[in-house]
Amino acid sequence: MSYTFDFAFLAERWPDFVAGAWLTVQLTVVSIALGLAVGTVCALLRVYAGRWVRIPVGAYVELIRNTPLLVQIFIVYFGLSSLGLKLSAEVSAVIALVVNMGAYTTEIMRAGIQSIQRTQLEAADCLGLTRLQTIVHVVLLPAMERVYPALSSQFVLLMLASSITSQISTEELTATANLVQSDTYRSFEVYIIVAVVYLALSVLYRFGFWLIGLALFVRKRKLGTAL
Amino acid sequence: MIQLNANHFLYLLQAAQWTLLLSLIAFAGGSVVGLALALLRVSRIGVLRVLASGYIQLIQGTPLLIILFLSYFGLGIMGFKLVPIVAAGLSLTLYAAAFLGEIWRGCIEAVPRTQWEASDCLGLNRFQQYAYVILPQSVRLAIPPTVGFMVQIVKNTSLASVIGFVELARAGQIVNNSTFEPFTIFTVVAAIYFAMCYPLSLAARALERKAHAGR
Repeated sequence: MSYTFDFAFLAERWPDFVAGAWLTVQLTVVSIALGLAVGTVCALLRVYAGRWVRIPVGAYVELIRNTPLLVQIFIVYFGLSSLGLKLSAEVSAVIALVVNMGAYTTEIMRAGIQSIQRTQLEAADCLGLTRLQTIVHVVLLPAMERVYPALSSQFVLLMLASSITSQISTEELTATANLVQSDTYRSFEVYIIVAVVYLALSVLYRFGFWLIGLALFVRKRKLGTAL
Repeated sequence: MIQLNANHFLYLLQAAQWTLLLSLIAFAGGSVVGLALALLRVSRIGVLRVLASGYIQLIQGTPLLIILFLSYFGLGIMGFKLVPIVAAGLSLTLYAAAFLGEIWRGCIEAVPRTQWEASDCLGLNRFQQYAYVILPQSVRLAIPPTVGFMVQIVKNTSLASVIGFVELARAGQIVNNSTFEPFTIFTVVAAIYFAMCYPLSLAARALERKAHAGR
């Protein structure tokens, strides 16, 4: 095996990688935030709403969780545009990622919400909390605290999955890699660099979610015990 | 432009067989490597534990797409020209192994400590402990999450389309290129994936319920 690694192209092309990574971060942060919102609402509906709401929400979760993200992206980007709804690659990517993320988050949050005991709700009632206060402070935050490890790994998985949006020419990190490797023919080096960047991003995201967890779950931070 | 007809759907169904084959390759390869990884993760030798967990962290922190590109284009340029199915099988094996290894480690560790101690007292050696006492018990715990992960494998084979392996997703793109009816085609493609994955999801859930029935 006589292969010499040559990273010389980096001197010229590193701004491309930075721009690609930045778009990946933007795409995923927006998708995570919106996906979490969608998932939380759907989880509440799935647990507390009537049957005519629970069934469609359940169908949404099952349909998304049992089909590949790649095909979902194609349906949003190519499918919707053929029906007359033209969306840019970035917008399509965000929509597909949010829809996908929402389904997974629904399942995770549902597990958390179902772990909240009925007596907690009754206690909140007795204390005279309003409906909204009960949902936020008694149901959602404690539920989220319990499933936070699962949530944050799902967020990191979404960040990695965002590489798939390169297939509809969203100029994120993976698409940048494809572009640079077709210019330089240094595919091995390019993909190794990008793999390292993704690895760094996933470490960074984990650290970020840990910090957010500290800020969000005051009780856990002060007592240091599991709920 | 060609009208969408029944032959196109037959073609998609044929391609779905390749999806299934690739899933089987990935699952078989991933199981062998994953079992080795799980055993290394609970090894008594520190270096082995670190190496195995390093590998798992590495794979779980990189997108499968990049692993695919590395094994197809990367190895190709280094002189190992792999055909798409081999490159895809290899990447999916590496990927599945990391996740299965981690799932199964949990299942091995979930076997109560006292089982280890009892088998120690009976004078079983390390191999006998694993073969006759620990692994048979962990397998029961491992089946539901493993079936659940098979869904991920089937879905992720769709990424093999990017290196030109004609499985279901790629076949959808090919049909779309000649008929240009993306909404219909990709909905059908999604439906075929759903038909493959949903039974697995249901099975995983049923097995899970059965496993917890005693509690």
